Amino acid sequence: MADIMTNQVTGARTTTMDFKTYGPAVALLLLCVIGFMLNPAFLSEGNITNLLTRSAFIGIIAVGATFVITAGGIDLSVGSMAAVIAGVMIIVMNNSIDTFGTGATTVLIGCGFSILLGLGAGWINGMLTTKGKIEAFIVTLGTMGIFRSLVTYFADGGTLSLNHDVRGTYRPVYYDSILGLPFPVWVFIAVSVAGWILLNRTTFGRYCTAIGSNEAVAKYSAIKVDRIKTWTYVLQGLCVAMATIIYVPRLGSASSSTGVLWELEAIAAVIIGGTVLKGGYGRIGGTIIGALILTTIGNILNFTDVISNYLNGTMQGLIIIVAVLLQRSDWSRRASPKN
Amino acid sequence: MKLKTAITALAISGALALAGTASAQEKIKIGVSYPTPTHAWAAGMNWHAEKAEERLEALYPDVDLILVNSPDPGAQASALEDLVSVHQIDALVVLPFESEPLTDPVLNVKKSGALITVVDRGLSQPGIEDIYVAGNNPELGRVSAVYMKSRLKDGDNIVVLRGIPTLIDNERFDAFMAEIEGSGINVLDHKHANWNRDDGFEVMQDFLSRFPDIDAVWAQDDDIAIGVVAALKQAGRDGNGMFVVGGAGMKETIKSIMDGDELVPVDVLYPPAMIATAMDVTVAAFKSNGPVAGRYILGATLITPENAASFYFPDSPF
Repeated sequence: MADIMTNQVTGARTTTMDFKTYGPAVALLLLCVIGFMLNPAFLSEGNITNLLTRSAFIGIIAVGATFVITAGGIDLSVGSMAAVIAGVMIIVMNNSIDTFGTGATTVLIGCGFSILLGLGAGWINGMLTTKGKIEAFIVTLGTMGIFRSLVTYFADGGTLSLNHDVRGTYRPVYYDSILGLPFPVWVFIAVSVAGWILLNRTTFGRYCTAIGSNEAVAKYSAIKVDRIKTWTYVLQGLCVAMATIIYVPRLGSASSSTGVLWELEAIAAVIIGGTVLKGGYGRIGGTIIGALILTTIGNILNFTDVISNYLNGTMQGLIIIVAVLLQRSDWSRRASPKN
Repeated sequence: MKLKTAITALAISGALALAGTASAQEKIKIGVSYPTPTHAWAAGMNWHAEKAEERLEALYPDVDLILVNSPDPGAQASALEDLVSVHQIDALVVLPFESEPLTDPVLNVKKSGALITVVDRGLSQPGIEDIYVAGNNPELGRVSAVYMKSRLKDGDNIVVLRGIPTLIDNERFDAFMAEIEGSGINVLDHKHANWNRDDGFEVMQDFLSRFPDIDAVWAQDDDIAIGVVAALKQAGRDGNGMFVVGGAGMKETIKSIMDGDELVPVDVLYPPAMIATAMDVTVAAFKSNGPVAGRYILGATLITPENAASFYFPDSPF
C-alpha cells in the first residue's frame, strides 16, 4: 500500500517536472501545427530556414540575457547596443576601404570592432551595476538611451549604409548556407551549445545561479559576486556583438530604428523558456525555444489574413502569456492528491 | 536704496538700448519649429530647412530665419513660447509633433500677431493657420495604383506592405485600394511593415513563402522597399518582370531610378523638402506683391528615369 502511494506521488511529480521542462517545447510544437493548418507552406524548407535565421538575432542575444537574468540582473540596453555597434561597424568598414580595400580584411576589422565594442559596453553596464551600486534596471535604462541617441547622432538622424562593394564581400555571412543551414543558424547553434556548457557544466554557471538565488549567501560563500555579475554583462555584450555581426550583412544598414524592442523580445524569450525573472534559475534550452516561439508567432501572423493586422500585438501578447502559464501553473500538482 | 535705483536705471537704459537696436535693424524674424530628426525622412527635412535658411537669408538680408527642433511635443510647445518672448517673431513655420497638444501653443503664437504656416500635420482646430503646406497622402496611394495598373494586367497578383498603423497609412492604403478596384489586379494580402527595412524584409520573406505567384509589390515607402528588394533577391524572385513601388524620395532610390533599375523602376514623391516650400511661401508673404495665404498641397509626383534628376539631392541625409 505504502509502495503504491509512493509510486503515485513520484508519478505525479514526474509529470509536473516534465511539464515545466517541456512546456515551452509543447507550445512551440502547437504553434507549428497551427501554422501548418493555416497554410501548408509554413513547413516548406524556405520558410523553416527563414524562421531559424530570423530567430538567430534574438536567440543569440537571449542566451546572453539568460546569464544576466539568472544572476539576478537585467539588461535593457541590448537593442540600442546592437544598433550602435552596427552603426560603428559600418562607419569603421567604410573608412577602412581606402587602406584595406573592399575585401575580407575590412570585414574582419569591422567584426573585430564589433566584438571590442560589445565587450566594452557590457563591461560598462557591469561596472556601473556592481561597483557603482546602481540597480541594473536604471543603469541599463540609462545606457539604452545613450546608445540609441549615439546611433541617431552617428547617422545624422538618417541611415548609415555600408559601402556597396564591402557589402558584396560581407553578404554571404547572412545569406550563404553550410550543409543546408544558413550561416547565422550555425552561429546560433554554436552560441547555444557554448552557453549551455557554461551555465550547466562550469563553476561560473553555478555561481550565476547561486548569486541569483541569494546574493548575500553567495558573498558569504566566498563567491566574488561583483566580478561574476560584471562577467554576465560582458558576456551579454559579446552576444550582442555576435548578433550584430550576422545582422549587418542582411541589409547593410543601421539607423535609429535598428534593434528597437529587441531587449524586450530577448527578455521575453528568456522568461518563456523557464528562466526565473528574479534570478536563481536559468535554462539555455528553454531560452532557445522561447526565441523560436517569438519568431514563429510573427511568422504565422504574416501567413494568415484571418486576424486583423491591428490585433497582431494582442495575439503576440496572448501567446506569450499562455506559453508561460502552461509552464508555471501548478494545476497538474493541484490535481494530484495531497498527503 | 541708492544701489537699487541705480540698478533700475541701468535696466531701463539697457532695455531702451536693446529696443533701439532692434528697431534700427527692422529684421523680419521667422521662427521655424519642427521635431528633432530621429529617422531618415526627418533628417532630410532638417537638411532642407537648413539649406532654405542659407538661401533665403542670402537672398533677403533683412530676413532672419530661426530654426529650432524639439525632441517631444512638450519641448516644442516651450520652443514656440520662446520664439515669441525671446525672438519676437513676425511669422512661424511649424511642423507640429502631434496635432492635439500643439494646437493651443500655436494659437498663442497667432495671438501675438504672427503669421502662421503649418506644415504636413494639420492642427486639430481649423482656421488657425494662414498658410498650410503639405504632401498628399491619398494621392501617393492613388499615383502608385495608377502606375501598377499601367504595368499589370487583369488577373495579376500583388502584395502590399503598409506603414505604421496611423491615419497617414490608412489614407495612402485606402486611396490605393480604391484606384485598384475593378482593374482585375488581385491584392493577395496587406501587412504592416512599419516604414522599416527589417520589417519589410521579414514580411516580404513570409509573403514569398506564402504566395508562389506574385507579380509586383507596393511597398509604399523607400525604407520598406529596401527590405523587400533584399528578400526578393534572396529568394531569387527578382526577375521575370517583378517590380517594387516605394514612396517618399530617398536619394539612394532616386539614384538607382536614374541608373535605370528595373526592380525599382519608379518612386512616388512625399518630399521632406516641403519644409523649404513652406519657408519660401512664408517669406513671400512679406516680400511678394501677390497674395500667398491659402493651402498648398504638393503633388505626389511619379519619379521616373526622365525626371529623377530634379529630385536628387546627393548631400541630403535622405
